[in-house]
Amino acid sequence: MAARRRKPRLGVWKFASCDGCQLTLLDCEDEFLAVAEALDIAYFPEATRAAVKGRYDLSLVEGSITTTHDAQRIQDIRRRSRALITIGACATSGGIQALRNFADVREYASIVYARPDYIHSLATSTPIADHVPVDFELRGCPINKRQLVEVISAFLAGRRPVTPAHSVCIECKLKGNVCVTVAHGTPCLGPVTHAGCGAICPSYDRGCYGCYGPMESPNAPALSAKLGELGMDQRDLTRIYRTFNAGSPAFRKESERNGP
Amino acid sequence: MDHQGPSVLTALGLQALFDSLRHRGYRIVGPKVRDGAIVYDDLDGVADLPQGWTDEQAPGRYRLARRDDAALFGYAVGPHSWKAFLHPSVQRLWTARREGDAVTVTPEPTSAERFAFIGVRACELKAIEIQDRVFVGGAHIDPHYRARREGAFIVAVNCAEAAGTCFCVSMGSGPKVEAGYDLALTEITEGEHRFVVEAGSEAGRQVLAELQAHAAMDGDLDAAEAVVQRTAASMGRQMRSDDLRELLAANLEHPRWDDVADRCLTCGNCTMVCPTCFCTSVEDSSDLTGAESSRTRRWDSCFTMDFTHVPGGSVRASARSRYRQWMTHKLSSWVDQFGTSGCVGCGRCLTWCPVGIDITEEVRAIRESPSKQGAGT
Repeated sequence: MAARRRKPRLGVWKFASCDGCQLTLLDCEDEFLAVAEALDIAYFPEATRAAVKGRYDLSLVEGSITTTHDAQRIQDIRRRSRALITIGACATSGGIQALRNFADVREYASIVYARPDYIHSLATSTPIADHVPVDFELRGCPINKRQLVEVISAFLAGRRPVTPAHSVCIECKLKGNVCVTVAHGTPCLGPVTHAGCGAICPSYDRGCYGCYGPMESPNAPALSAKLGELGMDQRDLTRIYRTFNAGSPAFRKESERNGP
Repeated sequence: MDHQGPSVLTALGLQALFDSLRHRGYRIVGPKVRDGAIVYDDLDGVADLPQGWTDEQAPGRYRLARRDDAALFGYAVGPHSWKAFLHPSVQRLWTARREGDAVTVTPEPTSAERFAFIGVRACELKAIEIQDRVFVGGAHIDPHYRARREGAFIVAVNCAEAAGTCFCVSMGSGPKVEAGYDLALTEITEGEHRFVVEAGSEAGRQVLAELQAHAAMDGDLDAAEAVVQRTAASMGRQMRSDDLRELLAANLEHPRWDDVADRCLTCGNCTMVCPTCFCTSVEDSSDLTGAESSRTRRWDSCFTMDFTHVPGGSVRASARSRYRQWMTHKLSSWVDQFGTSGCVGCGRCLTWCPVGIDITEEVRAIRESPSKQGAGT
């Protein structure tokens, strides 16, 4: 194969987040070497101190927008990026910190901080796509490393990544798992949750916690009726939809339908 | 033994059957208890069978329960079906490698695995027959299915228990096995624990000839017949099926489709557990260097948006249209396409639907108040 004239330049950017999704890139180990071979890693604070100004062929963005400074910074990154892909629940739905969207941030700040006037947080935590156009969203808390390699490989090949938006149930069935809800009576968010993790929790006899956010056509009210039969009350239902993807429209709506 | 009629095997004789099949090079797959269900998995011997276990099934609910006898096949059907072995959930089709400007494509070889399936039920034999029609019955033969199917040895079992979600009698597909098996067993737990065995193929006759089986007496045959009669009389569900093709075709705008759409999760479980659903999606992958790529097919479902994705979006964007597609295909347009119903009455789609949508109930609702444009009468 003829050598590329220039390797595509990669930037990995962090907003409000725990760094777990960026670390997934390092966690790729063997594949990470191939990533480093295929791409010029120009900006990746978790892995290198080198910072290269200029334009990026691919930007991976982790984290949500929670400050006015970040709201401006993402505009700059978008301008400098040919393709911008968001990775993880924070970047795609606002993350666990979107719990603030259901509360009064100023009231919290006044309780937690000695000098709340130093805190310049926005009232909400919002996904990157609420601020700039995003070329592709990779779901998960954290993202799955196999899916991350797939997204980067697809970008390099100029093809659509294979990251199906159907339910976790389909992943369970492809693996031959026995349904924990039907056979054990265990509450599970699998039927309304986006595939991608490989159905980790049901594979270990636990219900799905919805880490990948809503699937393509979630019918959360119908699932909630079933979860109610399995013993969850309205307070439980409000909480179960209000975790890493609390800010996603489908989960937000269902949590609010069940309680404040 | 050298007689050709039904024979009788003891539980010990059943182990000899396992030994004979293994000796002939078969990979023995059958029922065992795992993860709170009776699943199909590799078996070492008779000791792996779910002795003394049964299943209690209702729409959206499955529980293992203890029997008060030592029956080995005293359950109905579980979450798995044989399609997981004949039509695996993920099947690579080819790999390709680029070296310089040359690309070499290597088709995935077909499987050399020879399965012996233990405990195949009448409804499951019908389902295999239906998938045969899909994969090897037309102009386009699926080589992967054919390889696995042709090598398979089928030990069927006449059902001694009907689950609460069973309706094979309504679909004319059970509970007595009729064709498509190598050996068929009927388990008798009254009196001496024994199995009436019939051979349905030359391969079956050869295996049976090696076993310590004696000719069945009238008492054995009567007991075996009583097992099937009892099961047929205890179906958990019923669904009139003679007019389904016309009934559903005439009710495509019935308000019941909106009603079921409110309850349907569009999760796809019903299609995954259905022993006749055969749809797949084809996925291509390439590695980071672009030197290696492959094409894989995996089970897909008409409940996913990608299933009908075309430029501009999904053709069946609503839950209503997707549930309707699944059910009308299964019960109505399947007849136009393949000459039979696509439903064998196994009840898996009822049991394994997390919210317990009952296909027999949906049909009943439409039948009881057909659309004004109507089914005629």
